[in-house]
Amino acid sequence: MGGRDTTMVLLDENGVRCDGRKIDEPRRIMIKAGGLKNADGSAYIEFGDNKILVGVFGPRDVHPKHMSNTDTGILRVRYHMEPFSVSERKNPAPSRREIEISKVIKEALEPAVMLEKFPRTAVDVFIEVLQADGGTRCAALSAASVALADAGIPMRDMVAACASGKVADTIVLDINNEEDQAGQADMPIGYMPSLEKITLLQLDGILTPDEYKKCVDVGIAGCKIVYELQKKALYEKYFGKGDN
Amino acid sequence: MDNRRKYVIPGDTITTGPLRPEQNVILDGNKIISTLVGISEIYEDSVRVIPLTGKYIPEINDLVIGKVISHTSLSWELDINSCYVGFLPAQDVFGRDFSAHADELSSKLKSGDLVAARIANFDRTRDPLITISDRDLGKIDSGDLVKISPSRVPRLIGKRGSMIQMIEMATNAAITIGQNGWVVVSCETREGLLKAKKAIEMVNKQAHVANLTDQVKEMLEKKDES
Repeated sequence: MGGRDTTMVLLDENGVRCDGRKIDEPRRIMIKAGGLKNADGSAYIEFGDNKILVGVFGPRDVHPKHMSNTDTGILRVRYHMEPFSVSERKNPAPSRREIEISKVIKEALEPAVMLEKFPRTAVDVFIEVLQADGGTRCAALSAASVALADAGIPMRDMVAACASGKVADTIVLDINNEEDQAGQADMPIGYMPSLEKITLLQLDGILTPDEYKKCVDVGIAGCKIVYELQKKALYEKYFGKGDN
Repeated sequence: MDNRRKYVIPGDTITTGPLRPEQNVILDGNKIISTLVGISEIYEDSVRVIPLTGKYIPEINDLVIGKVISHTSLSWELDINSCYVGFLPAQDVFGRDFSAHADELSSKLKSGDLVAARIANFDRTRDPLITISDRDLGKIDSGDLVKISPSRVPRLIGKRGSMIQMIEMATNAAITIGQNGWVVVSCETREGLLKAKKAIEMVNKQAHVANLTDQVKEMLEKKDES
């Protein structure tokens, strides 16, 4: 997105963005662990106007059988947008974009999930986007990681995700839909906060090397904010409020 | 809660130092990191996490309750509430002179039967091998099946069996706990059975509560008076 001309003021002279946020301020985030009875683990996230529900099954038998691996378990992720999640009805069939995001989220979770403990099994992650407003892949990844923890699947670390980007020549945290459409760069980052490792990094746009470094740092700072909320969600479900 | 026990989620550093990582923890440099949501326990020389959620993963020598799904002419398959099915060979039941022609497997165990079994072998490359040739093992003829989360089993047993003994004493029920989270309760009186089931459900729902034993005791005694 090479900075399309727009009438919208993305960043005014006081450093306030189009939705009233400061440059290093994420949108309102709410994460809830559990909530679905029939799934082994589940999570719900509200990330600004994004609303995403994630259900996890497993480890369980692999069907079709030929997909199973005798050395390790496999992770399968389906990212799906509801027809009503965007302003114009979306065809519910998986689109090229959804297939890509499914793959990207799967690969961002794989370094964290200890699948080698369950050979010949599969862990299935189903992500349903109920309402989309830019940055769904990050929100979905954050929620998927909470749902996996809720399902009791061993993980080396949680995966927290947040986007950063460049809007009106400034590096900002957590790009929303308008900024994504009209901004100059968008960089979703998935991060394991305790191991300090990046599991997802994409970049759409053009940045100088200095901007790139700053963008990564800002994104990681955002991931740490998300991580605290993931932690809070799991503590609330399992240990009651304010314990420990 | 003393400082040796802590609530943890995946990725939390439990402690640092020369301690042996046991269940559900990994070693990263000198940090010991939890891999599950649970309660961490630090012992003299080792660290472990007791999970609060998750599926049952078979371990050799575990007592489990299984349900017969199907059989071939040589073996039974049992649902053991895990991601793997339990494999019970016919020789284990009929003895070494088992003959696939002469012996009919469904004469001993039918689909749907409940079985108390022990995990004889499990090496992750094959389905867990189970056995019923031991004392107290075999087909379960009477009792009610209660399904709880496998992660609550240690809580239901309690320290040195304190919780389960208390429930058994108060209700006069015989309770068989499978490590896979399936529990069979049998009792001569209906009240005892209901009360024991209620107590088990209570442990299942409130496993994280600190003085659960006292609360369960209170519940069991209160019902006595009414």
